[in-house]
Amino acid sequence: MAVMQMQRFSICAMKKERKAILERLQSLGVVEIDNSLVEDESLHTINTMDSRQVFEKNASLADHALEILDKYAPEKTSMLDSLAGKELVEKQVFEKAMADNQATMGIANELVALDKKIAEQNANALKLQTQIDALEPWLKLDVPMDFAGTEKTAVLIGSINSVMTLEEILTHIGTHAPELEAVDVQVISSDRDQTCVAATCLKGQAVLLEETLRAIGFSRPAQIVRKTPAEQKAEYEKQIKEMERQGENTEAQIKDYASSREDLKLISDYFRTRAQKYEVLGQVLHTRQTFLISGYLPKSMSQAIKMEFEEKYHASVDIEEVAEDEEAPVILKNGAISSAAEGVLQSYGLPKKGEVDPTKVMSFFYIIFFGMMLSDTAYGLLVFIVCAIALKKFPRMSAGLRTNVKLFMFGGISTAVWGILFGGYFGDVVDVVAKTFFGYTGATPIIKPLWFAPLENPMKLLVFAMALGMIHLYAGLGMKGYMCIKHKDFVGLISDVVSWYMMITGLVLIFIPTDIFASIAQAHIVFPSAVNTLAKILAIGGALIILFMSGRDNKNPGLRIALGAYDLYNITGWLSDVLSYSRLLALGLATGVIASVVNQMGSMGGSGVFGIIVFILVFVVGHVLNMAINLLGTYVHTNRLQFVEFFGKFYEGGGKPFEPFQANTKYVDIKEEK
Amino acid sequence: MSELGIVYALLGAAVAVFLAGAGSAIGVGIAGQAAAGVVTEDPNKFAKVLIMQLLPGTQGIYGLLVGFITLSKIGLLGGGAAAVDPKTGLLILAACLPIGIVGLISGKYQGMTSAASIGIVAKKEEQFGKAMLFPAMVETYAILALLISILAVSAIQV
Repeated sequence: MAVMQMQRFSICAMKKERKAILERLQSLGVVEIDNSLVEDESLHTINTMDSRQVFEKNASLADHALEILDKYAPEKTSMLDSLAGKELVEKQVFEKAMADNQATMGIANELVALDKKIAEQNANALKLQTQIDALEPWLKLDVPMDFAGTEKTAVLIGSINSVMTLEEILTHIGTHAPELEAVDVQVISSDRDQTCVAATCLKGQAVLLEETLRAIGFSRPAQIVRKTPAEQKAEYEKQIKEMERQGENTEAQIKDYASSREDLKLISDYFRTRAQKYEVLGQVLHTRQTFLISGYLPKSMSQAIKMEFEEKYHASVDIEEVAEDEEAPVILKNGAISSAAEGVLQSYGLPKKGEVDPTKVMSFFYIIFFGMMLSDTAYGLLVFIVCAIALKKFPRMSAGLRTNVKLFMFGGISTAVWGILFGGYFGDVVDVVAKTFFGYTGATPIIKPLWFAPLENPMKLLVFAMALGMIHLYAGLGMKGYMCIKHKDFVGLISDVVSWYMMITGLVLIFIPTDIFASIAQAHIVFPSAVNTLAKILAIGGALIILFMSGRDNKNPGLRIALGAYDLYNITGWLSDVLSYSRLLALGLATGVIASVVNQMGSMGGSGVFGIIVFILVFVVGHVLNMAINLLGTYVHTNRLQFVEFFGKFYEGGGKPFEPFQANTKYVDIKEEK
Repeated sequence: MSELGIVYALLGAAVAVFLAGAGSAIGVGIAGQAAAGVVTEDPNKFAKVLIMQLLPGTQGIYGLLVGFITLSKIGLLGGGAAAVDPKTGLLILAACLPIGIVGLISGKYQGMTSAASIGIVAKKEEQFGKAMLFPAMVETYAILALLISILAVSAIQV
């Protein structure tokens, strides 16, 4: 339950040490730079925007080149690679890549140029293809398309923009230009938009023929080709082939650069980190001879930093406490198990100033609820084993992923424990296999649940789930009380925390001996009369405190009582919060019942060899699906119980995460010298 | 007339499965359209939007759950069907209604909320945790309905 204590630092040093100091700070990655609080007219910043943009452009050029390489020469990757995290690179290798950055950027430019070339070739090939398509209707024409005729005859080649048969055309000519003699019309092709024709007549009558044909929509082709269409098509096809060949060549050239992939990654990260350094440099405050950096760092690091920088760079380092009104960035600090739940807290929001870090308490409930919702021994063990292997095999997994995998691993253990309590092993696979394949006819279940089977007594589990929910909510209220004590707000403690404890406890004690509870819990509980009286006192006392104290910030007594009465209405909120924990029961049952459905379906193939094959197939597919969908549901609803019910009692969040000045790389991590 | 009991009971199981399943199908469909849109822009968000798409899928499972419990209650799964009188059959049918109807409606609306949350993920990927909560809120009511259906079905004596 801890937030790391932060301090403010400021480093003031001579300008000549600037580069060394910034680089050291970046490689340490433990300080957050924030110069916004320094107010001094005599200090100025320098504009680093231009150099920063150059670096960023180079980094994105290298990224683009890598994308091109991935397109034409994909790297062999598997699903698991995304778990492996960034590659660790020796500092010398990185420095060598830094020295070669000109050559590598040359390669990047070359790759981009080659990619552009391929794109152009593709565009040209596409253009030729459309030209070929335009030629298609003319293919049967055995003279060039601009053929005008022989010595005595004229030939008109063109298209009529409607569908006409030869007869229709000849009839048209015959009726509209009867003076035309010796006309020959050939229909070359026709489709639903046009009819392509070649008409021959005596040279002297060519004008008349053309005019006659124009009346039915004749026009010369847009595309004038000096060869016969078939020859022209062959030529275009040759050109396309040639372009494809060239494209393959270009692709091969790109593939040849595949060996530069590593260099490109390094250089991209190199420019990225330099851009980050220049971004910080742009915030550094300067005088003529010196410069000043200030910001936040964890208290545990401050002395080491002060010593190192004073000694090595003759800098003046000031460390001071964070001022009351300042919102310092937040780093969480938790033990091995509870730190696994930090990712969950982060997705809701970090504690803001004055709030405690609820991770530890939350992680405890998180793991319990997670297990209860999944509640199957075999699923739990599977989740545990898969997560443990992933953690072991990929030690360099990214930090965020790592915490989540760890959380699921602990959740897996809890799932297995609940599974044993409720008797779930892939649902009821033991019984089904024994009955189907071994002819077992004895009593089921063969493996008895350690506690009870939820499907046989759902009411019992419902009461238990709600009791767990009460404990969870009380813990949340307790956290609020803890914060009140920490801030020495004892009035708040009594009127906002103790009052609710009293009222809720009282109401629960009044409820337990009633008939309604007896019918739910199937057990009639009778308290001694002293307890009954105590319950009434608690409930009424708590209600009175809330009525009079809840609106205490308000001077107007009438309004104060009204606000108190309104706050009393929150009792319905408590009711719905407790009911919400029934999802522990519902989701737990869902896993078990669907697993049983899968087993049942598998056993329908009978007991022969065929039956065994069917069973194995259904078993694997069905249980993988069931596990996946229930893991999702479990994750979502465990989060919800924490975020809505638990945090609703005391936690707001909204703290600023600590964003250290460090080398934020994309592809590789650089191994630091100690 | 006594044969009608089992018909009513089976009708209950069918109502639970088909209404809740239809709700989930609608919901997952709505969310899937939004998810596909995000993936065309940024394929890296595939895993996150897929999770969002699956959130309205649970109503169908709850329906299946109640349907299955009902079937095993009336003995249709193990072979010989139990003798169910019409009154008991109608009781079972009534018990199946909550998850069927609430599943249908909440599935649709959860799908719409999921689609909106997919919009959050598209713009602010780091807010995934919060985005996931909005659809989970809708599901609460499906869970409450499921609870009543389960309790009712298992309380009816056959």
